[in-house]
Amino acid sequence: MSVGKGISVIRRGKLPRFVEDSTGYEVVLRAEGLHWRELNRLVKREAARGAARIKLEGVCGHRYIGTGVREPVELVVRGVPGNDLGAFMNGPRVVVYGNAQDGVGNTMNGGEIIIHGRAGDILAMGMRGGRILVREGVGYRAAIHMKEYGNCRPVLVIGGGVQDFLGEYMAGGLVVVLRLHGRKGEFERARHVGTGMHGGLILVRGEVGEQQLGREAACVPADEGDLEILGPLVEEYTRHFGGDPDQIMSGVFTRIYPRSHRPFGGLYAY
Amino acid sequence: MISYLWPRFLVERDLRRCIRCGVCTRQCAFEVHHLYEEEDWVYSDESACVGCLRCVTLCPTKALVVRPNPTQPPPNANWTTEYLQNIYKQAETGGVLLTGMGCDKGYPVYWDRMVLDASQVSNPSIDPLREPMELRTYLGAKPDSLEVERVEGRPVLHTKLAPQLELAVPIMFSAISYGAISYNACESLARAAAELGTFYNTGEGGLHRNLYRYGKNTICQVASGRFGVHADYLEVAAALEIKIGQGAKPGIGGHLPGEKVTGEISRTRMIPRGTDALSPAPHHDIYSIEDLAQLVYALKEATDWEKPVSVKIAAVHNSAAIASGIVRAGADIVVLDGIRGGTGAAPTMIRDNVGIPVELALAAVDDRLRREGIRNRASLVVAGGIRCSADVVKAIALGADAVYIGTAALVALGCHVCQRCYTGKCNWGIATQDPRLTRRLNPDVGARRLVNLVRAWSHEIMEMLGGMGINAIESLRGNRLKLRGVGLNQEELEILGIRHAGR
Repeated sequence: MSVGKGISVIRRGKLPRFVEDSTGYEVVLRAEGLHWRELNRLVKREAARGAARIKLEGVCGHRYIGTGVREPVELVVRGVPGNDLGAFMNGPRVVVYGNAQDGVGNTMNGGEIIIHGRAGDILAMGMRGGRILVREGVGYRAAIHMKEYGNCRPVLVIGGGVQDFLGEYMAGGLVVVLRLHGRKGEFERARHVGTGMHGGLILVRGEVGEQQLGREAACVPADEGDLEILGPLVEEYTRHFGGDPDQIMSGVFTRIYPRSHRPFGGLYAY
Repeated sequence: MISYLWPRFLVERDLRRCIRCGVCTRQCAFEVHHLYEEEDWVYSDESACVGCLRCVTLCPTKALVVRPNPTQPPPNANWTTEYLQNIYKQAETGGVLLTGMGCDKGYPVYWDRMVLDASQVSNPSIDPLREPMELRTYLGAKPDSLEVERVEGRPVLHTKLAPQLELAVPIMFSAISYGAISYNACESLARAAAELGTFYNTGEGGLHRNLYRYGKNTICQVASGRFGVHADYLEVAAALEIKIGQGAKPGIGGHLPGEKVTGEISRTRMIPRGTDALSPAPHHDIYSIEDLAQLVYALKEATDWEKPVSVKIAAVHNSAAIASGIVRAGADIVVLDGIRGGTGAAPTMIRDNVGIPVELALAAVDDRLRREGIRNRASLVVAGGIRCSADVVKAIALGADAVYIGTAALVALGCHVCQRCYTGKCNWGIATQDPRLTRRLNPDVGARRLVNLVRAWSHEIMEMLGGMGINAIESLRGNRLKLRGVGLNQEELEILGIRHAGR
């Protein structure tokens, strides 16, 4: 595998070339020309050294940013991070100034991901803890197989619309879809929402058509309890991305929930 | 609705021997035996009997015999008992037929159609009782070449080696999840693996907190449900295995029914108690070889490139091409699970009709990887129907680096292959979470039985190696000249890459 000039430069002891400014608390890494493996090695090293914030400049398709980092460091990403941003992540906070690609928060266990843009497919797949906020819309199969357990309850807030199979196999956690961005009718075209859903909750701003839902999911207008859950999350969303929380909360909301915790209980001949 | 099913087994009780002690009534979780003390009478409801032989084994006076019910439908080569009973069962429930363990159909077992060589006169055989014999096996990617420099007369290796698993014997315990089997069964496997210097596999059900101490001998699985997969789980493992497929149920996922998701299992799988644990059929982040590479490297990145990553697939028609893709996707180990591979629960039709025998898949995959010049980049492990040490030797001669044993390990723990794992009522305390049943398997005894089994097989493997004049398992790997076919046709010989006996 080519790790390019990154490794050869390090061998020659010229690492500071990539470390523009190291205050001991904040480090800036330039990702241009680095293979993702090298970039992540630098991130892990700086996080282990005690950096409080690592800024990654010029990120372009670098995968697995935040993966394997155990320290509660803040990673600020400028550019377009590659697939599996924050996969298996357990601790860091990642802020992306740009769009993210597929697999954000894959099997994520803890930490926070804030995306000032869109996210791709299978966002938050198998996510079990932590929170993800996306300013705009997301791709297919968001929140697929999201789970919850004990005190771990993952939260995913999507500012725009979604595509098909939102919350497929969902077993726990909370998804909020605000529909503030994106093309008209984007959400309405999403189908198979909550297919195989057997836990968790999806709260959508506006109305949801029955034809959009999978067999295992049902929807009702959100109640007081749902709005109480929503309030602080909408506030958090506007704190990150701007907007008026009261205005967002003024619309109607719909709750999508699983019909059963045992969707396939009667499938077999014992 | 009246059930049209008739008992599969007959329970015969010798009343002269029976002392009405009630052991059989207490031992049978299927509630076959009923003791009426006042009437001095024991009644056996044979319709519930699964033939696991627990009562027969534990009866202190050996008063019981369980045998297949001689009552048969009218003779018919097509409409056998099995098909009739399946149809009655489905007509009565409308459900998908479920079963456990591996395929029990009579597909050819190629291990039994291959025989091994032995030295006579020249290249004398070796006696492993007195001469060194090496079974140590390393699993992981091997470099294309080694760069060695001689510094002051001593060789210094410059090539950076990929992480390896060191096995004292080329036998590991297959992936069996906590949930499919009891905690005591898991602990037995973990302790035996540690004592033997080999590895056991968590399966997809996560790793119980108490078993973290055996991490050095644990392969942690990452399957489509991602149950219990978190930072500590990835960190404690000796290697990680991405489960794509399973020989018993290629192409489909799994459902652990909610009633089995008890407190401990919910904690270990990290899912809510009492909900169905659904393993989707595909990994939804893997729709291509490129996506698989992405997960392989995600796991490497998550564990600082310190652990081998294995990918397990079911043996299917196109295994060779798939395995080639898996190796190119960066996997350090490829696991092939054949059609006879076991399961805690699978739809009967899938188990018995989907997939191919692992012997053929192994030969095809080994061939393909060699032809492409990438065989060194990954180790090959085979699973699915390894029943004895000779099967292990034949698998290695055919091209495997090591084998996984699952059913054989469970049989060592007491399993009688009644195929009712999915009921959760395993009388042997293995495939159950009922505390009344799980305590029947003492992990001290379980670990001892497993260690005994693998030690015995190791001795036998050494004897077979010695007989061939070979003193290291490495010299046997892919050495197909040591195999000959018996009663195989030309095509089968060609696929297996062996000659017929006599040639």
